[in-house]
Amino acid sequence: MNRIQRKAEELLNKNQKAFVAYITAGHPTPESFLDIVISLERAGVDIVEVGVPFSDPVGDGPVIQSASLVALRNGTTPIKVLEWISKLRENSNIPILLFTYFNPILACGISNFIEQSAKSGVDGILCVDLPVEEAEDYTHKAREKGLATVFLIAPTSSEERIRKITRNCSGFVYYISRLGVTGEKQDVSQDISQRVQVIKKYTSLPVYVGFGISKPEHAKYVARVSDGVIVGSAFVRFLEEHKGDSMWKERFIDYVNSLVVGAKA
Amino acid sequence: MLKSLFTEPKTPYPDDRGRYGDFGGRFVPETLMFAIEELEQAFKDALNDPKFAEDFAHYAKHYIGRPTPLYYAERLSNYLNGCRIYFKREDLAHTGAHKINNALGQCLLAKRMGKSRIIAETGAGQHGVATATASALLGLECCIYMGTEDMERQRLNVFRMRLLGAKVIGVDSGSKTLKDAINEALRDWSLNVRNTHYVLGTVHGPHPFPWICREFQSIIGVEAKKQILEMEGRLPNLLVACVGGGSNAIGLFYEFLNDSQVEMVGVEAGGIKIEPGQHASRFAGGVFGMLHGAQSYVLQDEYGQIGNTHSVSAGLDYASVGPEHTWLNSIKRVKYTYATDEEALNAFQLCSKLEGIIPALESAHAIAYVIKEAPKRKRDEIILVNLSGRGDKDVEHASKFIKLEE
Repeated sequence: MNRIQRKAEELLNKNQKAFVAYITAGHPTPESFLDIVISLERAGVDIVEVGVPFSDPVGDGPVIQSASLVALRNGTTPIKVLEWISKLRENSNIPILLFTYFNPILACGISNFIEQSAKSGVDGILCVDLPVEEAEDYTHKAREKGLATVFLIAPTSSEERIRKITRNCSGFVYYISRLGVTGEKQDVSQDISQRVQVIKKYTSLPVYVGFGISKPEHAKYVARVSDGVIVGSAFVRFLEEHKGDSMWKERFIDYVNSLVVGAKA
Repeated sequence: MLKSLFTEPKTPYPDDRGRYGDFGGRFVPETLMFAIEELEQAFKDALNDPKFAEDFAHYAKHYIGRPTPLYYAERLSNYLNGCRIYFKREDLAHTGAHKINNALGQCLLAKRMGKSRIIAETGAGQHGVATATASALLGLECCIYMGTEDMERQRLNVFRMRLLGAKVIGVDSGSKTLKDAINEALRDWSLNVRNTHYVLGTVHGPHPFPWICREFQSIIGVEAKKQILEMEGRLPNLLVACVGGGSNAIGLFYEFLNDSQVEMVGVEAGGIKIEPGQHASRFAGGVFGMLHGAQSYVLQDEYGQIGNTHSVSAGLDYASVGPEHTWLNSIKRVKYTYATDEEALNAFQLCSKLEGIIPALESAHAIAYVIKEAPKRKRDEIILVNLSGRGDKDVEHASKFIKLEE
């Protein structure tokens, strides 16, 4: 069992909510990667989603899109991201989920990408533009190497699709709370609770909810109706706005912690 | 085998996973899956409804002006001292290019699906203009995504789209060109799928788009075959078309795929030269990859990041190619080659001077190949070229490269 699965089960057993944080690797600088992940851990985050930057991120909104471009300009490559994660493993056991697009995996070779990821201390992969219908080989190989495979469920996913998707998920199920792409939204949809219940008909895995959460009260609401909260764009935006601020680490930990506390309250 | 709109199905593809051999498929975020499955079902229903084909035929004839002529380019044929060259005159279709066939077809489909809003991407602006036109005709709200770099290069088309009532949204991300406009259109669609249809402009993208676009464009080949049989009493020896995403080429080729005596050549943009970033020739410089929902050949770096492309013609300036072309290449049914910017600009001038037809710079790539090939052919051989669009849109751009006598 990998760290993601262990953590997810442990939280379920303790009846606690999970908090998952997304960051784009290589943004704002490659050098800050380790500090950012360690800060997330110190702020009480349970699982870190590490975004592998891609040139054409169709599933992401403007914040992550521009962070990806910055990361690529900084020379970030999938190989470097895995090197940083290996380095992180020297003094952290925080569960790591890679968030990536399919083309970088294809370019590297599916088996090779999975093998290198597992070797570097990655615990699971979410490939945003790989639908379950096309993912048989990938899911099989990932499981063979002990990696969790997380897939997205959307508000428009039919029950038939929910059944197929949950069958391919391990670790947790990722429910996108709003239509559209990743990004912060002013309010958080009200029908989340109902959708989470539908998903739970098909799986015993915990259901975490993401996309559009930026405030402690969002986190609190979402955590109440699901098993956990995923926050991404809000953190990427925070890091963008505080680059060059000598106190960024302290402020970042405070901000992340305010959302974690909201979710866990 | 799937039903075909204007003809009998020629291949078993796309299969039920949207594949053409090993290529194609539907690689999209889950947020888009609903829209794509809904669209596939709606198109299957439309194919089974004779009324849909009738509606399209009505507009094709009375609005687009189909059938477009097949024209014997006698002076060009004589000048090249070779075989008989025919132009399929898609440049004479309403809005000046073949793009309207697909745009109108998809807008009719959207209307059938009860969608009130249309979005589309555009590079050179031809597909944007065609979609804005069809939306105006059918009373649909229309929103066109266009890279800000392209908006600058194609100011007149931006004005045209706005004149037709469309909203043109500049895309300032990435390379600010076609691929970024597609990214943005996909994002819009995933946010607004409930009332919006995305009119993708070429035989690329996630299934069912390559199939839908092929079906509407295959009218080109169906007409051309009938016309050449009437005029010459035999099939052409060679079909030639330019290939960006590849819709005009598939449109011409599809009807002839099982006529094994008919050779086919697709001409990509060779740009300045075949070096990364200086061309858009996926078969010369691309590798197997996945962009915008389909597995195909892609111009990319070793890590799978999409590469920059270059062509004097914006309509061919794209990092990937339609999956059906990649399949046709793999089974060697169609040969793919390229013409450089310089060759295309020369063809642009020669065709204008000899035939009084200013071709689109895209189509000029196909003519550039014919200029090289025709002299090698026997005099009674027939080459049929898809003149996919007219060049009025390109004169301003071309004037920067061409020095004419005063």
